[in-house]
Amino acid sequence: MKQVLEGSMAIADGVRMAEPLVISAYPITPQTHIVEHLSQMVADGDLKSEFIMVESEHSAASVVLGASACGVRTYTATASQGLLYMEEVIYNIAGMRLPVVMTLANRAISAPINIWNDMQDAMAVRDTGAIMLVAENNQEAYDMHIQAFKIAENQDVMLPVIVNVDGFVLTHTFEVVETIDDIEKVREYLPPLNMEYKLDVENPYSFGTLGEPSVYMEARYNLYNAMNFSRNVIIEAAKEFKDMFGRFYGGLTDSYKMDDAQTVIVAMGSVLGTIKDAVDELREAGKKIGVLKIRSFRPFPEEEIVAALKNVKNVIVIEKAICPGKGGILSVEIRDSLFKHKINSVSVNGYTLGLGGRDITPKNIHDLVARAEKEENVDGEFVGLSQQYL
Amino acid sequence: MLTKEETHNELFTMGHTGCSGCAQSMSVKMIMEILGKNTIATNATGCLEVFSTRWPESSWKIPWIHSLFENSAAVASGVEVALKAMGKKDGITVLAQGGDGGTADIGLQSLSGMFERNHDVLYVCYDNGAYMNTGYQRSGLTPFDAYTTTSPSGKESFGNQRPKKYMPEIAMAHRIPYTAVASAGYPMDLQKKVKKAKSITGAKYLQVDVPCVPGWKYEPKYSVKLAQLAVQTGLYPLFEAEYDKIISVKKISKKVPVEEYLKLQGRFKHLFKDDAGRAEIGKIQKIADENIERFGLI
Repeated sequence: MKQVLEGSMAIADGVRMAEPLVISAYPITPQTHIVEHLSQMVADGDLKSEFIMVESEHSAASVVLGASACGVRTYTATASQGLLYMEEVIYNIAGMRLPVVMTLANRAISAPINIWNDMQDAMAVRDTGAIMLVAENNQEAYDMHIQAFKIAENQDVMLPVIVNVDGFVLTHTFEVVETIDDIEKVREYLPPLNMEYKLDVENPYSFGTLGEPSVYMEARYNLYNAMNFSRNVIIEAAKEFKDMFGRFYGGLTDSYKMDDAQTVIVAMGSVLGTIKDAVDELREAGKKIGVLKIRSFRPFPEEEIVAALKNVKNVIVIEKAICPGKGGILSVEIRDSLFKHKINSVSVNGYTLGLGGRDITPKNIHDLVARAEKEENVDGEFVGLSQQYL
Repeated sequence: MLTKEETHNELFTMGHTGCSGCAQSMSVKMIMEILGKNTIATNATGCLEVFSTRWPESSWKIPWIHSLFENSAAVASGVEVALKAMGKKDGITVLAQGGDGGTADIGLQSLSGMFERNHDVLYVCYDNGAYMNTGYQRSGLTPFDAYTTTSPSGKESFGNQRPKKYMPEIAMAHRIPYTAVASAGYPMDLQKKVKKAKSITGAKYLQVDVPCVPGWKYEPKYSVKLAQLAVQTGLYPLFEAEYDKIISVKKISKKVPVEEYLKLQGRFKHLFKDDAGRAEIGKIQKIADENIERFGLI
């Protein structure tokens, strides 16, 4: 059924279709509408879950950790400072190989305090062992949440999945979303969670035990391997979703007007909409330009990136988070992927913009395209600064 | 008395690497005897987690989970709601465990949340009065004038400057159905309280005084004696409360001066050096006397 839905409602409805038995959260802007919608669904009896509103994000993540260890499907959501507060637990959830799914309503990090969108929060958890997917619009956010549970719960993956959605730009914006009417079809796509190891009085195991130097590296290697393996699982989950529900957004990446492109803009999240509009205009003006969308940031789609970019001249990377003391983050990883494959003919230019909710406009994109033709391997340079505040 | 065979059937088994004379491991064993096999336990980071679960070995014959230092109560909340969601809560006890630091300092927020939401969880705080696992640093439950590695005695100090935080009263302030204080020195009293806690639905708090051989610096043979002396001096009042009302106290059979308790422990030996130290012992006696008065221990 096609409906006009706020992003948060689309996400909540996607989560409802996955039928998690335990949901726990702590409010933080711009995640709040998601958990408000879910708590209303529980209050109305539309979702049969235990909804636990706790006293902090640390406990929200800990509650879903404990519940997940009992073998039930779980969900939480947060943003920004809340994510930083639960980061310790996210490492732990991943280390214990628990298939928790969470939404991250991407928001800037304090100081200065700022409630608006960028992706600095996501970058803080990129090494936790959580799979990190990024949605472009409300429809993809809805679909991606259903896929996320399938990926997390794959027996050879068993890792948490963080679904990134841009705060406000998606969470508080209304778009047409086609929802799935038949929950039985979702149940078929996403069978009940079946965990081999769980907290069960009939079959007791010890979880979270002490890993001494003789075993710790092996445990971490197993996690590392599972993350690598998840590449196939993410792609398969997308394909299977396409077969059953008809919608597809690519596997780990997606391409837009990439045939014959000499310049490619790489980005994640909602900014892709603006970029595609700008690219349409540039194509009309005769420019050979395309877009590469990163759908899975962790695992990093190295092979797809190399295949897509190896023959282009200029790459423009939209950096919505920075690494002080180095530069861009996404551009560094792209440059590294190309370098590993001995491709040194591509100039990878990372430009930082859109921090703390500053708009990224079509004009920004046009300007970057013009700049990138003259520049080489820009490392996260800030774009559009007001001189009076520097 | 347990037979050898029964000992082998314990739910918290021998073979762990706890210190000789460890009163915490004694207490865990006694608690598990009462709670039985239909128990799921969470554990904060600390001695108990380290010495009982060196992978691939585990002393636990029940489902057990350690996550982090400060979230034992929150993980237990998650276990409880998962059991409820599955319709499997009936007949299963959820036990959350932590040391004094994991409970009263870093874990206080998540514990308060668990209490306030009134999860059907028994939280046990094994109180040995410092961060023993990391090498005897002070916690919010370290007693007045105790030497720890971060509250050392010296020319300018008699050790820990502040009295022990009164954690059981913080629990009671949440109006949870049951709060109790017990001691490794009184096994029957401890087990009676565990049994009662097990029978009550809702959040329960049990704090157990567990002497620590290396942290308190005494001979292993004194673990039980010290736990008993803590009670008989009035320094560790044992009681039960329902909601915010105290319903029973363990009376002191024969009042013992605090000196008898302090002198057996290396962590207080600096108080026996000179007159200034002896004056400090007077202050500790005052703490004991105030407890006796306040809880009606005699």
